[in-house]
Amino acid sequence: MTDITHDASAGLFEARRGVVARSWDWARTNLFNSVLNSLLTLMIVYLIVRLAVPLINWAIVDSTFVAQNDAACKAAGGACWAFIGNWGRFLLFGRFPDPERWRPALVIVIFAAMMLMSSRVRLSGKTLFIMWGGGVAGSVALMFGGFLGMPYVETELWNGVPLNLLLTVGGCGFAFPVAIFAALGRRSRMPAIRWLSVAYIELFRGVPLITVLFMATVMVPLFLPTGVTIAKLWRAEVAFTLFFGSYLAEAIRGGLQVIPRGQYEAADALGIGYWRKTRLVILPQALAISIPSLVNTSISAFKDTVLITIVGIFDLLGDVNSAMNAPEWRSAYWEGYTFVAAIFFAVCFFMSRYSQSLERSLSRARPGPRRK
Amino acid sequence: MAVDVRGSLRGAALGGTWWRDPRVRSLGYQIGSVAIVTALVAYFAHNASVNMARQGIASGFGFLDREAGFEISTALIPYSPADTYGRALLVGLLNTLVVAAVGCVLTTIFGVLLGIARLSSNWLLRQVTLWYVEIFRNTPLLLQLVVWWDLLRISAPGPRDAWQILPNIFVSNRGLAYPVPVWHEAHIWMLVAMLIGICLTILVARWARQRQERTGEQFHTILAGIGLVVLPPLAVFLAAGAPLDLDKPALAGFNFQGGVIISPEFAALLFGLVANTSAFVAEIVRSGIQAVSWGQTEAAGALGLRQGQVLRLVVLPQAIRVIIPPMTSEYLSLTKNSSLAVGIGFADFVSVANTEMNQTGQAIEVITILMAVYLTISLAISAAMNVYNKYMALVER
Amino acid sequence: MATQQAATAAQVAGRPMIELRNVNKWYGDFHVLKDINLEVRKGEKVVVCGPSGSGKSTMIRCINRLEEHQKGQIFVDGIELTGDVKHVEAIRREVGMVFQQFNLFPHLTVLQNLTLAPIWVRKMPKKEAEELAMQLLERVKIPEQANKYPGQLSGGQQQRVAIARSLCMKPEVMLFDEPTSALDPEMIKEVLDVMVGLALEGMTMICVTHEMGFARTVADSMIFMDRGQVVEVAPPKEFFANPKSDRTKLFLSQILSH
Repeated sequence: MTDITHDASAGLFEARRGVVARSWDWARTNLFNSVLNSLLTLMIVYLIVRLAVPLINWAIVDSTFVAQNDAACKAAGGACWAFIGNWGRFLLFGRFPDPERWRPALVIVIFAAMMLMSSRVRLSGKTLFIMWGGGVAGSVALMFGGFLGMPYVETELWNGVPLNLLLTVGGCGFAFPVAIFAALGRRSRMPAIRWLSVAYIELFRGVPLITVLFMATVMVPLFLPTGVTIAKLWRAEVAFTLFFGSYLAEAIRGGLQVIPRGQYEAADALGIGYWRKTRLVILPQALAISIPSLVNTSISAFKDTVLITIVGIFDLLGDVNSAMNAPEWRSAYWEGYTFVAAIFFAVCFFMSRYSQSLERSLSRARPGPRRK
Repeated sequence: MAVDVRGSLRGAALGGTWWRDPRVRSLGYQIGSVAIVTALVAYFAHNASVNMARQGIASGFGFLDREAGFEISTALIPYSPADTYGRALLVGLLNTLVVAAVGCVLTTIFGVLLGIARLSSNWLLRQVTLWYVEIFRNTPLLLQLVVWWDLLRISAPGPRDAWQILPNIFVSNRGLAYPVPVWHEAHIWMLVAMLIGICLTILVARWARQRQERTGEQFHTILAGIGLVVLPPLAVFLAAGAPLDLDKPALAGFNFQGGVIISPEFAALLFGLVANTSAFVAEIVRSGIQAVSWGQTEAAGALGLRQGQVLRLVVLPQAIRVIIPPMTSEYLSLTKNSSLAVGIGFADFVSVANTEMNQTGQAIEVITILMAVYLTISLAISAAMNVYNKYMALVER
Repeated sequence: MATQQAATAAQVAGRPMIELRNVNKWYGDFHVLKDINLEVRKGEKVVVCGPSGSGKSTMIRCINRLEEHQKGQIFVDGIELTGDVKHVEAIRREVGMVFQQFNLFPHLTVLQNLTLAPIWVRKMPKKEAEELAMQLLERVKIPEQANKYPGQLSGGQQQRVAIARSLCMKPEVMLFDEPTSALDPEMIKEVLDVMVGLALEGMTMICVTHEMGFARTVADSMIFMDRGQVVEVAPPKEFFANPKSDRTKLFLSQILSH
């Protein structure tokens, strides 16, 4: 490593060396500090230039932002962002009736607001629960309509981004109590309960989500009494609930395992019964510890909701697929995919950064005897 | 927990309340939950049989012997639409297993390289790999697979204008075509020479280790091993006059003939799965290496060990313990994710099962088969990992 | 034998075993070591004390290049410590270090921990290395733990193993970075006993520690550091009885109150 010698008048000297000299120093230590690294740097720069220049040409220089069909785009040779402009509302909201589009838009705003609030402001568990529960319930009500002069919209027409959001939060929300019982059950000393919990968790963790979706959409109608039908959306929701429930259960079990025996013993010594002990002492701690894991599972869940396209329900990806079939926009699939990718990336990246900062603040805040 | 009924009755006789006895309670809970679950299952089964009778859907696994009647584009064993449903499922299962196996190998190699690159001292390399990992981890896998598929199916040119990315390797919208060597007698001898080389390497390694224990002198076992495995086959190859005839893919009419041709769906599934799962493996490898406390590297360095020795003797053995359990989860995840093939038209196990389910209407049987197979794979991998964990656990008080 | 020759040579040349000349170190903008000058002769035992953040650990970690100094020079047995890998390796063979967190290798047995460096750095045959290791385990009084794993030992036993591991390389100098700070009180004595034994055998030692009883027994020279500077250097008698600087007096009053 190079010896950077400082002068006695270190500050002045540094300032005089100037930006160029300091950048060269930085480049020397970080980019060219060995033969191998220098080769790698040059190779990567070459690749970036080879790939980035045509990409920028396509995406920005030659692209068309306003047009009626893709003839103009083809003429320009670049990206067809006009496709997004013209079809943006369809991509986001699907076949939701036109005049009522403000309702799904409001749902998106509600979710964005809840996410921002959860990550910025320190809220107690109870407030968080009420906010999200209320938000989801309100969103579902908004989507359904049928009151306050808003026309009723059947679930078939719930498409696009609000659908992904509702499936994720609804799925994880309903899955949460299931997961708690499964996690507690798995640690129970009663063999029957333990085996039932293990069977549930291992079954749904061991099979792909798509099979669970098939199972729900195809088998549920068979299991219900003749003549009783549930809309496909709710069948898919059941699938997501059961599936996410098993992963959430494992995350909670991880939190339960970390709680020292002393907590259980202290509660027992005070004469507190099992259910009170679990509700007041064990679960609050277990849930707090497993929050990063739970958030990560929700992020995966959000990405997994895209699978609903395969069973014929149109979420964001489904909308993009069907929009691309419109004859005027035949060639615009890269733009559509970029749009979807950008939305998912923005949400997931934001949530995973949040989860990392949660992890850091939780590990700092954990109390206990002085650790050497 | 067995319930001592006499004990609780005695307790009742003494004036205690039997329903507060924890043993009775536990039995009650267990019987109750089993009863509820059984009742639910019975209710569903009854409804199902009624509904299926109404709709004229047969029941039982007899359908597996009926003629399938649909095509499968990628089949590793001979298959035609005249074969049975059972055989079709087998073809699909083989496809899934091949994708999973090849995918896991490629993911391991690529993911480990990416993980090490994330820790490189080269800032540019770190940034590039960081962005790669973030992009592939934060977008849905189905979207990535669809993008790969469109890239290979729509964006790729027709066979006449196929991209030649390396000599004799062509990418077109009919698939990926690459050459394979024609089998020649000398190749058998080359294989024999390589096997001999491997045996010799093992012997040399043992000799070198024993010599080091005796005299302390070190030997470049790795270099010697590489030489022993590579040189003899090379010598045989040259001695036989360097017979290397490639079965090259060549344009014949509308498509390529010769060599090996992989369909765009297969290639898209494989590349998509590898690209996605490697991002997760990279993070596992990176955090595994970082999990080894810095003090270990310092102590090893303070003892005078060189950087390479520190890595090999102290850091990697500990890092591998931390890395392997999540790695096997990723292998399992990759196997399950291969089911997304149904979304891009590749005939894997789930796709074939889905087709059969739609044709015969026997959803319950088909889904049972589906879930049973995947459960078996999952449990096998979990069991293997448990054995490995027990074996490798650091011994503590 | 070689060490005795070196000792005579050094004494003849009058050259100190360890020498720090105007050593300065910065962490970014933070000046953590300010013009450190230090000489340690062969066989001398030096105890470094001071409040936390004073740079004492950083200073001794610079001696075996676990930290890099930006200005000044460090010499160990005449070899200058620079970025040159060969110099660093040579110095690390002659300098042993014992860490506050022990840093034993958990995936190796106690015996393997001890023989790792002799086999791979000094290229000793395995048998010879194991004999040496057993001798040293006897010296630290735990020969029966040879085939156990570090996770199975108590803190005091682990630190003694760590000392034996450094001694296996037959170093000229031993550096101790707060070796007893992470131990429960009842185990501190067993480790200090080993260190006292080493001192009495004539090992050159630099110890960063708060154990003033140990310092009084063993040290030839006490160094007090505060905020990156060497404030006072004196033999222990003088140091404890008549500290010259006010900062030293303040520190001593805090640490010796119980």
